[in-house]
Amino acid sequence: MDHLLSIEDLDADAIELILETAESLREIAERPIKKVPTLRGRTVCNLFLEDSTRTRISFEVASKRLSADVINFTAKGSSVSKGESFKDTALTLQAMGVDAVVVRSAAAGAPLQLTRWVDAHVINAGDGWHQHPTQALLDLFTMRRAHGRLEGLKVAVVGDVLHSRVARSEVQALRMVGADVTVVAPPTLMPPDPSAWDVPFTSTLDPVLADLDVLYVLRVQRERMHRQFFPSVREYRRHWGIDAERLARLPDHAIVMHPGPMNRGVEIAADVADEHEAIITDQVTNGIAVRMAVLYLLLGRDGAKETTDA
Amino acid sequence: MRWRPGGAAVVDGGGGTGYAGATFPLTTGPVRPGRELDAAAAAPVRPSAPTEPGPAVTGVRAPGREVLSGDDVARALRRLAHELIERHPQLDDLVLMGIRTRGVHLSERLALLLEEISGTEVPRGELDVTLYRDDIGHRGPLPLGRTHFPVDIDGRTVVLVDDVLYTGRTIRAAMEAVFEVGRPAAIRLVALVDRGHRELPIRADHVGKNLPTAEDEEIRVLVDEVDDRDGVIIVEEGDE
Repeated sequence: MDHLLSIEDLDADAIELILETAESLREIAERPIKKVPTLRGRTVCNLFLEDSTRTRISFEVASKRLSADVINFTAKGSSVSKGESFKDTALTLQAMGVDAVVVRSAAAGAPLQLTRWVDAHVINAGDGWHQHPTQALLDLFTMRRAHGRLEGLKVAVVGDVLHSRVARSEVQALRMVGADVTVVAPPTLMPPDPSAWDVPFTSTLDPVLADLDVLYVLRVQRERMHRQFFPSVREYRRHWGIDAERLARLPDHAIVMHPGPMNRGVEIAADVADEHEAIITDQVTNGIAVRMAVLYLLLGRDGAKETTDA
Repeated sequence: MRWRPGGAAVVDGGGGTGYAGATFPLTTGPVRPGRELDAAAAAPVRPSAPTEPGPAVTGVRAPGREVLSGDDVARALRRLAHELIERHPQLDDLVLMGIRTRGVHLSERLALLLEEISGTEVPRGELDVTLYRDDIGHRGPLPLGRTHFPVDIDGRTVVLVDDVLYTGRTIRAAMEAVFEVGRPAAIRLVALVDRGHRELPIRADHVGKNLPTAEDEEIRVLVDEVDDRDGVIIVEEGDE
């Protein structure tokens, strides 16, 4: 039984395999009938215990394009709101015989715990501050399509790193493929032990801009901020917000990426967001292909045995 | 966690996806540009010599018994091109779709021959049928290749080109893949080698060479673009 819980489950070759597979699958989105019968008869459950729009829909579209059946399970409107435990929910899914569970939870480690209760592939679609591996993979895919390579790419990940599972996954994945990553965060929004990340950290954004291939802007996660991490939005915007002036300091070939949803006027100015909408929309399109690749590589393995035919 | 599907991928019957001996990750890319036809390919058509056990081949890919030489392959392709022209005088309506991997190279050569003989350039695409296979749960996830339809296939005759016709399952998958993108007027099948043992009611319209084989034998079509030489060999169990 294989799972995708964290970028740490992968290595550079596995990332390459996923990106190459996604490259082939991306073509399906351009066909009149955007569907292949590959996972016919398999059932994928989207178990979303925390709100999400794009990740849930992306997994749903990815599963459907591969002809898998999809069950959408959200905390609201389910027995979870009556107090059903995570374990009981898992056991219900197990009894229903799902083949894969895509799980989003506010609790770090929930996907790992789920692997102990269900006999299905578990894919982490974001757990607390911990990991969001498919987001990192789709970002790598987008960067590679834009620049034609990942190795040696100069990337700055900017913003609320402390609360960001995307940043954790992103930096790990980028390091695995040999990109040159710098993390820029306000001092109060740095992780407790930045040295463990083994990449340069800085609090000043402006000096790194001139030499970048990718400026990766993180969302300020106000819903996770239970105390004041910076004096005001205006202050944040002044020091770490991406506006037209900062944009002008980037090399011409550089791209601006954002995992969404964007707080326009906070971490990214509205006009910058609009100007770079194409690549941010690309991230969404690419997300479907990357998630199709993960589902194909995980579910396609079930019951594999050697046969020869042509 | 076993994200690396280590070891060799399943060797197929020499046809189909053609991943014989491949290991992940398999690099995929655009079709290589057409090459000049060699002298042998341009040789006059004559019937192939009767199949006799050839010398043991200790060449590029594996030991095995050569059943078609590079010259035989070139002649068979030329004959197939003539047959296609005879059957379809209106070449404008054709689309050649090579089935990955070796079918793509064979279709490229057929397209060159068709152009050389008739002066008509026939559009040529490539088809990866992995996503349409019926054995995904048996084989595991094979590496995917690119699929490319060069033109709108509605109302045209799609000519599938494969190296080996065996059980027929690859062709079933290929037909499903074709119908996903349009409604062709007809689908035809060209196979360089038909080795028998069909599991589905499928037959080729044009065959380069019929090679009755035992089920435990494996037919491998070698193409210069992938294997550094042309030919067809039989590998028996235990040869490798």
